[in-house]
Amino acid sequence: MRIVAEHLSYTYNPKSPFETKALDDVSLTIEEGEFFGILGHTGSGKSTFVQHLNGLLRLPSSMKRYREKRKKEGECKTVLRVGDFDLASKKTDFRALRRSVGMVFQYPEYQLFAETVKDDVAFGLKNFSDKKLSADEIGRAVRDALAAVGLDYGEVANKSPFDLSGGQKRRAAIAGVIVTKPEVLILDEPAAGLDPLGKRELMELLHRLHKSWCKTVVIVSHDMDEIAENCTMSAVFAEGRVVFSLPPKELFKRHEELERLGLDIPLTAKLCRALGARGVNVDCDFTVEGFVRAVLALKEKGGRA
Amino acid sequence: MKDVSFGQYYPVKSFVHRLDPRLKLLFLIVFIAAIFVADNFWSLGLCALVLILAVAFSRVPVGKVLRAVRGVIVLVVFTAAINVLFYTGKSEPLWAWWIFSVTREGIVFSVFLVARLVLLVTCSSMLTYTTTPVALTDGVESLLTPLKWIKFPVHVLALIMSIALRFIPILMDETERIKNAQKARGADFESGSLFKRVKAIVPVLIPLLLSAFRRADELGDAMDARCYMGDKKRTKYKKLVFTWRDLVAFLIGALMLAATILLRIYGADLFGVLLGPVI
Repeated sequence: MRIVAEHLSYTYNPKSPFETKALDDVSLTIEEGEFFGILGHTGSGKSTFVQHLNGLLRLPSSMKRYREKRKKEGECKTVLRVGDFDLASKKTDFRALRRSVGMVFQYPEYQLFAETVKDDVAFGLKNFSDKKLSADEIGRAVRDALAAVGLDYGEVANKSPFDLSGGQKRRAAIAGVIVTKPEVLILDEPAAGLDPLGKRELMELLHRLHKSWCKTVVIVSHDMDEIAENCTMSAVFAEGRVVFSLPPKELFKRHEELERLGLDIPLTAKLCRALGARGVNVDCDFTVEGFVRAVLALKEKGGRA
Repeated sequence: MKDVSFGQYYPVKSFVHRLDPRLKLLFLIVFIAAIFVADNFWSLGLCALVLILAVAFSRVPVGKVLRAVRGVIVLVVFTAAINVLFYTGKSEPLWAWWIFSVTREGIVFSVFLVARLVLLVTCSSMLTYTTTPVALTDGVESLLTPLKWIKFPVHVLALIMSIALRFIPILMDETERIKNAQKARGADFESGSLFKRVKAIVPVLIPLLLSAFRRADELGDAMDARCYMGDKKRTKYKKLVFTWRDLVAFLIGALMLAATILLRIYGADLFGVLLGPVI
């Protein structure tokens, strides 16, 4: 599913002293099949943006009416489309949309509630299915989802989700979202609060899901290394606007602009810059592996490595 | 919670906002007393005038103030209806059917009651519109200080109050977050039978309770780690100071109460039967 947003704006608490403009004329396209990274500070609008993608936040109805009226004349510019769903129309089927766009919130382990892991994972499945599913069908789907996140069905399925370890809880919560096989999976700070090893394992898990389970993966993050290492495409939000929409490889070459926005750059980009200042130009894609390979290639060439 | 402005505090700078919270609390008590002392429209009108002045000097939009009344509109209408229908006056009923009868006195009386209710609700909401929860708690603690002599744990009470107030927006935020998370998993809170909707709350309630306990634990730990010992020689970050503004407000309140008391005693002689005491 291709995600297209054009001229999208959103204001919290309009016409009150608490009014805050969260999105200001945002245009962004996420192609199908990307592993997309959304970067930005707290309050930059990145979470507000992704919450639009499965209809948790909606375009103001006044604007929809306006758009219905002027559709033919093409005057209203706002577009928000996820695959075939037109979110700016009044007739969006939000249930179907949410089934195809899975959303994992920050610290998803805090949304676990059921008596057993099995029931918790099955929650979304039961909500989204139109007919009553047999115990067999549910069991199979839950087994698949748990396996996809690297949990052993036999071990955890009948346990209380609150008896799992922290990492297991997060995996179980992710299983509860992917159990309906959404085409797009959105994760808000999926690695927040994990140790470095846990982070790496989680990212590996997301790559596996990307290959076999969900066509498009969107992660919201402010960890530059995470984006550089994993994403095929990225966008930077600042003050409700999209500042850059570039592949990480291009993005982190603009370290001066990023730093002006108060954003960090990945470790590899820092190393490249430090080497560049000493006259060694390393051209790499800013993943750790790519960086090492580029440096080794320079050495082969007999530069001053 | 981003779309709700709970706690209702309306953040502008104004004469009323800058009043000492202790004074505002006392003023509210005096005002409520005056409303109940008032037994005719003249004194009630005086109270209303003072309230209108307070609203004008607080720079809180009138619409916002009236919204507070909207919350109790059912109660107001119900009270008015009951009183109009069941009031048994001395004069001829204007209209009567079965056990109901409408008299002129009944109508006057219920208008009076409604005015009283509206004033009560408006003045209490003015306090929360113009005072931050923190200032309010400070005010309560300061006013209750005399109770310390009889070993009443005033400070603990104030602390409980401020923590409770502080946690309201946090837990509302949390509720919103969990609700969204479950909505993303297809939970439906808006449609279905009552039973279905009540059942739909469970996936929100359990994580919410857990998070409330977790936060309470964390807060307790954080306080322990900072050696929190209650009110043993604690100093205040913001000292409450009585200023000329407070003096003005104090005088207005005192005059209003005095006037309503005097009107209650001598009002009947002054205005005669027509506009005299309603109760």
